[in-house]
Amino acid sequence: MYAQMIDTGLTKVADTADMSDDERAFQARIDDDVRIEPKDWMPEAYRRTLIRQIQQHAHSEVVGMLPEGNWITRAPSLARKAILMAKVQDEAGHGLYLYCAAETLGVSREQMIEDLHAGKVKYSSIFNYPTLTWADIGAVGWLVDGAAIMNQIPLCRCSFGPYARAMIRICKEESFHQRQGFDVMMSLCRGTPEQKAMAQDALDRWWWPSLMMFGPPDAASVHSAHSAKWKIKRLSNDELRQRFVDQTVPQSDYLGLRIPDDDLAWNEDRGHYDFGAIDWSEFHEVLKGHGPCNRDRMRTRVNAWEDGAWVREAAVAHAQKRDARAKAAA
Amino acid sequence: MKLQLFDYLLRLADNDLVLAQRLGEWVGKGPVLEEDIASTNVGLDLLGQARLWLAYAGEVEARADAVGRSEDQLAFFRTDREFRNLLLVEQPNGHYGDTITRQYLFDQWHVLLLAELATSRDSRIAAIAAKALKEVRYHVERSSQWVIRLGDGTDVSHARMQAAVDALWMYTGEMFSVDETERALIDAGIAADNAALAAPWRAAVQSVFAEATLDVPADPWMQGARGRGGKQGVHTEHLSRMLAEMQALPRMYPEARW
Repeated sequence: MYAQMIDTGLTKVADTADMSDDERAFQARIDDDVRIEPKDWMPEAYRRTLIRQIQQHAHSEVVGMLPEGNWITRAPSLARKAILMAKVQDEAGHGLYLYCAAETLGVSREQMIEDLHAGKVKYSSIFNYPTLTWADIGAVGWLVDGAAIMNQIPLCRCSFGPYARAMIRICKEESFHQRQGFDVMMSLCRGTPEQKAMAQDALDRWWWPSLMMFGPPDAASVHSAHSAKWKIKRLSNDELRQRFVDQTVPQSDYLGLRIPDDDLAWNEDRGHYDFGAIDWSEFHEVLKGHGPCNRDRMRTRVNAWEDGAWVREAAVAHAQKRDARAKAAA
Repeated sequence: MKLQLFDYLLRLADNDLVLAQRLGEWVGKGPVLEEDIASTNVGLDLLGQARLWLAYAGEVEARADAVGRSEDQLAFFRTDREFRNLLLVEQPNGHYGDTITRQYLFDQWHVLLLAELATSRDSRIAAIAAKALKEVRYHVERSSQWVIRLGDGTDVSHARMQAAVDALWMYTGEMFSVDETERALIDAGIAADNAALAAPWRAAVQSVFAEATLDVPADPWMQGARGRGGKQGVHTEHLSRMLAEMQALPRMYPEARW
């Protein structure tokens, strides 16, 4: 899942004239589409931006396991249970690649997890919404993973090598997840009236939060300019959001569902769908911690980490004892 | 014989299904991300095995009764009294050490059982067992390593593991009992002789526990004895609660297809 609102601590993009020789050489590599690797020189702000973005992304994968994990024990068929378990396991794998990619920039996984738990780093706000019915598992796959892919495909061309490579693997799996989510929705929409109503209810609740996943409108996004110049981010929030709407509306029509937006209409002149105004006050409230599940999600993660401390400590202690015994025997 | 075979296949299926369900409860909450992935992998393997056994059970039922149930009908529309799993696998997750101990005690038996079943005279059982055996060899490797790590690790982890072993030990006897259903199938060369698994199981457990610095409990008293245990559908209080959660949606919408 993509991280929104990356706070880089930067407010303006430097001109070439303001740059040092190192910075100019770095920017020239970026402009030539040469990947930056962990041992290469990079501006401190570039490193900071990436650490923040990659770790927000990693945390989003891990926290994102919770709303979907919520239905593993209640999946309505064994086939669906297996698919969902495998999917959530994939998210854990994504978290792992991403933590590793961030570690190449000089920050430890433990530090990142502590920063998340201390509230210093965020995860994607979408996971602060609850999965109330089985249809939400369909909607999350279809819409949330769909929006995530839209955000992530450009990241496969991100200037930082380890992140770009991680994203290539992740995107392949995410597109599979999206199809699985759509398949859940299809079964529901072809099913009983109760199932169809369940699907519509899930779309009603997940539509607007999914659009918010692309982050604030370009005009209000202060950090995008830098990320674009460094080719960390290659398409703007609004461009991606429009692509998502254009892709999703026909899918919703196919399912026979109604997108909860009275202003949604095809605009022949633009060649795109027009859509209604997003309630950004809700987005900012959720970001501040006032979403339905912010506290639950953090509590669950913190408890898992704290409850697991003795396990991690024991594993380290055993490894040390084993090494000591091997040395003594040698 | 067909009904006995059906019953036996449910025992095999339900062990896997119930333990997979328990492991599913851990997803997203493991002590470290790598373990979350590994433990879910084991759960997925067991779920896959359960589905193979259930599919075969349904076919056997159809042969005996003309109507065989599907894997989902068997998983979601039987009551706890109709489930045939061992009491061990339905025990709650507890802390990670409880979960690992439950897993190891089961895996160590499971791997021996499947090795026997791989030579069953019933070719379908032999084929499923051979496939499952490859997976379960890895399961026992992983869970035994964790028992050793946690048993030998710190004072805290050692104490927790010993307590877990002491609490779960009384559910291990059932794995080696043989009732009438099994007797008939053992004699026919179809089922594995559980009683013969006891000695190799105990030897393996003693060796792992020795490395883990854990004591094998001395109390010989076992749950599920006298033909009244999980295999006969007489469970602990935990199973019906677990099934209530697992079966809620299909039972709420029995007409629906998912």
